[in-house]
Amino acid sequence: MHAQQKMSSSPETADGSLDSDATGMDTELTLGLPRDGGSKAAIAGAKRAYAGTVGLGLGSGIGKQSGDIEVDAAEKSAASQVSCAGKVPASKAQVVGWPPVRSFRKRTLESCKYVKVAADGVPYLRKVDLRTYNSYDELLRALEGMFYCFTGDGNHSEESKAADPAKEMEYVPTYEDGDGDWMLAGDVPWKMFAESCKRIRLMKSSDAAGFAPRTPKRRG
Amino acid sequence: MNYFPDEVMEHVFDFVTSNRDRNAISLVCKLWYRIERLSRQRVFIGNCYAISPERLIARFPGVKSITLKGKPHFADFNLVPHDWGGHVYPWIEVLARSRVNLEELRLKRMVVTDEGLELISRSFVNFKSLVLVTCEGFTTDGLAAIAANCRSLKELDLQENEVEDHRGQWLNCFPESCTSLVSLNFACLKGDINLATLERLVARSPNLKSLRLSRAVPLETLQKILVRAPQLVDLGVGSFVHDPDSETYSKLLTTIEKCKSMRSLCGFLEVAAYCLPAIYPICSSLTSLNLSYAPGIPGSELTKLIRHCRKLQCLWILDCIGDKGLGVVASSCKELQELRVFPSDPYGVGNASVTEEGLVAISRGCPKLTSLLYFCQQMTNAALKIVAQNCRNFIQFRLCILDPTKPDSSTNEPLDEGFGAIVQSCKGIRRLSLSGLLTDQVFYYIGMYAEQLEMLSIAFAADSDKGMLYVLNGCKKIRKLEIMECPFGNIALLSDVGKYETMRSLWMSSCEVTLGGCKTLAKKMPRLNVEIFSENNEMENCIDDEQKVQKLYLYRTLVGPRKDAPDYVWTL
Repeated sequence: MHAQQKMSSSPETADGSLDSDATGMDTELTLGLPRDGGSKAAIAGAKRAYAGTVGLGLGSGIGKQSGDIEVDAAEKSAASQVSCAGKVPASKAQVVGWPPVRSFRKRTLESCKYVKVAADGVPYLRKVDLRTYNSYDELLRALEGMFYCFTGDGNHSEESKAADPAKEMEYVPTYEDGDGDWMLAGDVPWKMFAESCKRIRLMKSSDAAGFAPRTPKRRG
Repeated sequence: MNYFPDEVMEHVFDFVTSNRDRNAISLVCKLWYRIERLSRQRVFIGNCYAISPERLIARFPGVKSITLKGKPHFADFNLVPHDWGGHVYPWIEVLARSRVNLEELRLKRMVVTDEGLELISRSFVNFKSLVLVTCEGFTTDGLAAIAANCRSLKELDLQENEVEDHRGQWLNCFPESCTSLVSLNFACLKGDINLATLERLVARSPNLKSLRLSRAVPLETLQKILVRAPQLVDLGVGSFVHDPDSETYSKLLTTIEKCKSMRSLCGFLEVAAYCLPAIYPICSSLTSLNLSYAPGIPGSELTKLIRHCRKLQCLWILDCIGDKGLGVVASSCKELQELRVFPSDPYGVGNASVTEEGLVAISRGCPKLTSLLYFCQQMTNAALKIVAQNCRNFIQFRLCILDPTKPDSSTNEPLDEGFGAIVQSCKGIRRLSLSGLLTDQVFYYIGMYAEQLEMLSIAFAADSDKGMLYVLNGCKKIRKLEIMECPFGNIALLSDVGKYETMRSLWMSSCEVTLGGCKTLAKKMPRLNVEIFSENNEMENCIDDEQKVQKLYLYRTLVGPRKDAPDYVWTL
């Protein structure tokens, strides 16, 4: 048996012309350990022998060394998956030291779930930390509280809310998402909203021409 | 070689600036050793515990610039407990006492105190440059001392340090007579800044080329500063949020257009995407762009910006740019040499992420790429092989798949072949970080092909000691090896103990090495410091040699065990 060799046709081109095949099979390397396992001597010997091969245009030098060098990739990967299974902790995200991001950077990015809240007609903006809320309900209540003096009067009694849901909120909560689009708050699950929300704007219902002037769904 | 007088030799050596070359020069003969050491001005010490300041000064009495590194690299990722060490004060003390004419001090991962900073400011009259990277232990009071006392200060560069902000007026401490600043970076500070003072400081610093602001500096101030300093080459923006219809914003537009020398932009620690068009005019001359700390810029805005940056050589970005965005980078930035893609959401599996597609696109479009740091959701062997084909010049290749043992996402196989292709193709590779599902095989390839490899970082990889053995046997130039969560034990550790004296350091945490193995190693190699420690002081009470060692950090040293090791560190 000799080793499979798939030589790349022209290793020097950098314009991707090699990968006409979507999976890049042209450039497959099929190197492997000597069949007899891995004694130090065998490895050292193999290394000296390989010293002559240069680049990915692996010549017929492969396979002429002692022993076969073709390895059954599937067999190896199955074995490795079994052996790996034991040592991987159940919750990888909790492992100290992983992912290898500097604490400084992690802390700086973490602190960015404060989003600005603007309300039409209000001369200043507010900021809320979306992580402190667990539902749209909580958020909207907090916002109502923040902009209370500006949101008009008379619509805060329970009765009037029940009586005329369409007039419940003078303001329609909208937000800018990760793609830069302005969305009506309430359509997606809370967590997804909290992740993608970049800023919030409380639009006057009368201005919200493109939106149905209705109660946003109270999703948990 | 006594043909020339010493002064001539010295003059010739002046042209040799790289430390490695100078080290080589000093080995030629005793005469050259003497001339070289007396004329050496810059010294780099990769491990502050490998040598003492006294010996440094004895050999290089004329030293003017010292670079020191303290904690092991994995300290960046919370793997080293507080108080481990890396104190710079003893160094400053000795340097001051010995009247070294210190002009420049560059520290990385060290503990710096206000007392130390004050001592620097009072001891070295010609002190010009202080660069602190990922250091901790000091406050703005220490900075005030530097500002107040260093008369010829040119550079104060604080990168990613933990600084306690006393909200004092440290900026005010720069005297009116201080006009020598060339580089000022205080982006990592969290507290308020006296904006008027800052403007005045910039106004009287005609040589200012690099300025990096903290988040507390608003856009209005930025505009005023840029009016004073249109000669800036490197700018770190603090806050970049303003009403685009305002007068301030339109003033900014005009001001930015005058910044013809601007080549490097970073920061945007607080930013509104709709303000970004203000910087489009300078994008076409930018060679370096770092938006990796800019929160919440949508991928679409990032790509709009990057399309203007056709001369970019260095790009640091968040993965919210997405694979498509990387495609835009690939088609716009043909000169790209260094790319870092950081995770915006390190623990989540968000929609903001990149995959092998983005990397392949980059490799196709940016053949000059030499340095890569890439955090991604998934990778395939096929993609890595394409990358290896397209980019032969990698010097640094660091791939981090966020799920650390994830296999090839299309074949479910280990990623050995992919990384193997990288090391075989990129003959000059010097730094490598691996991730994903990996067996001993990848280490076989690394040992076989990575002849220039100097630093290797491994986690959750390999099946047996063979993996580590391949590396130790094969990589002749390896200097730093750091390993976590791998099944390497005493056999690998003890196979070639002499090797460690050719390296700067070895880190092994959560592996299979035992106390007994470490003891054996320490006994055989007296010129290594073999330090072991664990989170909860177990090692102190441990008498069982079979006990696994949680953390092992060993390094070569000329000065024996360090005296400042905390209780939980046991030097064997």
